[in-house]
Amino acid sequence: MKPDSSPPTDLASSDRPTLPRRRVGRRRRLDGSRLAGWLFVAPALLMYGLFVLQPLFLTIQYSFYDWDGVGPGEWVGFANYARVFTDPDLIGPIVNSFRLLIFFSVIPVTLGVVAASLIHRIASSRFGSTATTVIFLPQVIPLVASGIIWGWLLARPGIVNQVLEAIGLGGIARAWLGDFGTALPAVGMIGIWVLLGFCTVLLQTGMAKINPELYEAARLDGAGWWAELRAVTLPGIKYEIGVCLTVTAIAALAAFDIVYVSTGGGPGRATSVPGIKIYIEAFLQRRVGLASALAVALVLLVLVVILPVQRLTREDST
Amino acid sequence: MIATRSERYVGHLFLLALMIFTVLPFVSIFVTALHPSGSLPSGFEWPAEPQWGNFLEAFRVAEMGQLVVSSSLIVLGVVPVSIALSTMAGFAIGLLRIPGARWLLLLFVFGLTLPFEGIVIPLYYLAREIGILNTRFAIVLPLIGLFMPFGVFWMRAHFANMPVEITESARVDGASTWDLFQRIHIPLARAPIASLAILLSIWTWNQFLLALVLVEDPTQRTMAGALGAFQGHYATDIPLLCAGTIVILLPTFLIFVVLQRQLVTALLQGSVKG
Repeated sequence: MKPDSSPPTDLASSDRPTLPRRRVGRRRRLDGSRLAGWLFVAPALLMYGLFVLQPLFLTIQYSFYDWDGVGPGEWVGFANYARVFTDPDLIGPIVNSFRLLIFFSVIPVTLGVVAASLIHRIASSRFGSTATTVIFLPQVIPLVASGIIWGWLLARPGIVNQVLEAIGLGGIARAWLGDFGTALPAVGMIGIWVLLGFCTVLLQTGMAKINPELYEAARLDGAGWWAELRAVTLPGIKYEIGVCLTVTAIAALAAFDIVYVSTGGGPGRATSVPGIKIYIEAFLQRRVGLASALAVALVLLVLVVILPVQRLTREDST
Repeated sequence: MIATRSERYVGHLFLLALMIFTVLPFVSIFVTALHPSGSLPSGFEWPAEPQWGNFLEAFRVAEMGQLVVSSSLIVLGVVPVSIALSTMAGFAIGLLRIPGARWLLLLFVFGLTLPFEGIVIPLYYLAREIGILNTRFAIVLPLIGLFMPFGVFWMRAHFANMPVEITESARVDGASTWDLFQRIHIPLARAPIASLAILLSIWTWNQFLLALVLVEDPTQRTMAGALGAFQGHYATDIPLLCAGTIVILLPTFLIFVVLQRQLVTALLQGSVKG
C-alpha cells in the first residue's frame, strides 16, 4: 500500500503530531529510546507477521500452483486466476458477492439514514435509548445464530410466510432460501437484519454531533424533512456514512457464516459467495491452488471497493 | 432541540417498528423451541403443552458445560495477550513516535481490510505443520495475530491524543520508557483497554470460520463454531435446534443485559475508529 493511498480507517481524525511533542520525541530518541520503542512494537509485529502476513504471502504463493494439499505442487503460473475469472462456477460467486452488496450495504445504510433522521430527535429520551440498545442486539450475537434463526423464519412453515398469509399474500409464500429466484435476496434479508440496527445507531450518533443551530436555521428558511436531510444532515454525517459503507461492504464481500448455515451456497450455486467457494475448494475438493487464487481475488476486491469509499467520504470532511 | 409533536410521533413509531423487527425473530424461535422435540410446528404458534424440558435437553446434547469452558479458555488465551501486545505497540507508535511509526501504522491498518478467507488456507497447513491443528491453540494464536491491526489502531488512537505534558513532566522526573508506560500511561488508558477487552471477547466468542476449519471437535471450539456443528447434527429437529440456539446464545444475552451501555458504546467507537 502506498503511503498516500487512503487507509481504510480513520487517520484524519486523530490529530497529527504537534510541534512540541515532536521535539520531545526527537530529543529522547538520542538516548536509546529508539531501540526501546521498537522493542514495544516487536511482539505485536511478530504475531501479526507470523499469523497474518506470512499466511497472506503463502496464499499468494499457493495461488500459482496446482496442489492437492498433500503431494508436491505443480507450478501453473496464472492458470488458476484465468479460471477464477472465466469459469462460471467461480466468477458466479464473485458476481453474487456484488449482489449481496446491495442487501448488506446499500439498503441498511439508506434505511439507516432515514431511520436515524426520524429518530434522532427522540433518541436521548428514555424510550429512545432503550430502543437503540435493543436494535443493536443482532450485532452482538454470532452470525451463525442469525443464520440459523432466519433459516427457520424463512422456511416454508416459518413466520415470514405466516405473516404473508395473514395479509392475503399467501400466494407468494414459499421456502425462501430454497428457491432459485429468492435465495439470494433471502440471504440478503438476513444481512439487513444484522446490519440495519448497527447502521441506524451509528448514523444517529453522528447526527447528534451536528450543531442544532444548523437545524434551526434550516427551519427558519422553511426547509421540510427532505430539504433538511439533504442540506444539513447528510453533509454532517458524511464520515459516519463512510464508516457504515466500509463495515457493511466488508461484511457483504467476505460473507461466510450466514451463508454457510442458511443455504450452504445453494440451491445450485444461487447463493454461492467467494467465502463459501474458497472453503469448499480448499478443504472439501482439495484444490488448494484454485481456492487460493479466489482468496487473493477476494482480498483485492475488498480493497477495490473500500478505497474509493474512503476517498470520497474522507476528503474535506469537517 | 426543537421537535414538533408529529415528529416525535413518527420517531416513536419508527423506533417501535425497528424494535419489533429486531426482536420478533427471537420470539419466534423461543416459541418454536417449546414445541415437542421432533415435531414440525408453524413459525408462530403457542404450543398446547410447552416443553420447557427442551432447553434442558438442548443443554445436555450441546454439551453446554464443556462449550462454556472451551470458549472461555479461548477468550482467556486470546484477549489478555492481544491487549498487552497492542497496548505496547500502540504506545510506541502513538506516543513514542518511533522512526517509521507511520509506515508501521499503515502496515497494521492494511490488516483491517483483510477478510479471514484470505489467510485461512495457509493457516490450516501452518497449524498442521507446527502440530496445533485440532487444538485450541490453532484458534488462539492466529486470532491474536488477526486482532493486532484493530488493537494497535485502537490503542494508538488513545495514546496519540494524550497531552504531551504528561509525558514531558515524567521524563523530566527521570522516568525510563518502561516506567512511563507502566506507571503513567497504563493507568490512564484503562477505559480504552476495557472497551478493547469487551470487543475482542465478543469477536473471539463469535468466531466461526477459524473454528470450523482448524478444530474438528466442537467441544474444543468457540461458541459460534459449536453452534455451527450443533446445527449440522439437529437441522431436522427444529424445536431442539431452536432450543439449542437459545441456550448457546444465553451467555451472550446475559452479558449484553449487564453491559449493554458499554457494549454499544464500545462497538460504535470500535467501528468509527477502526
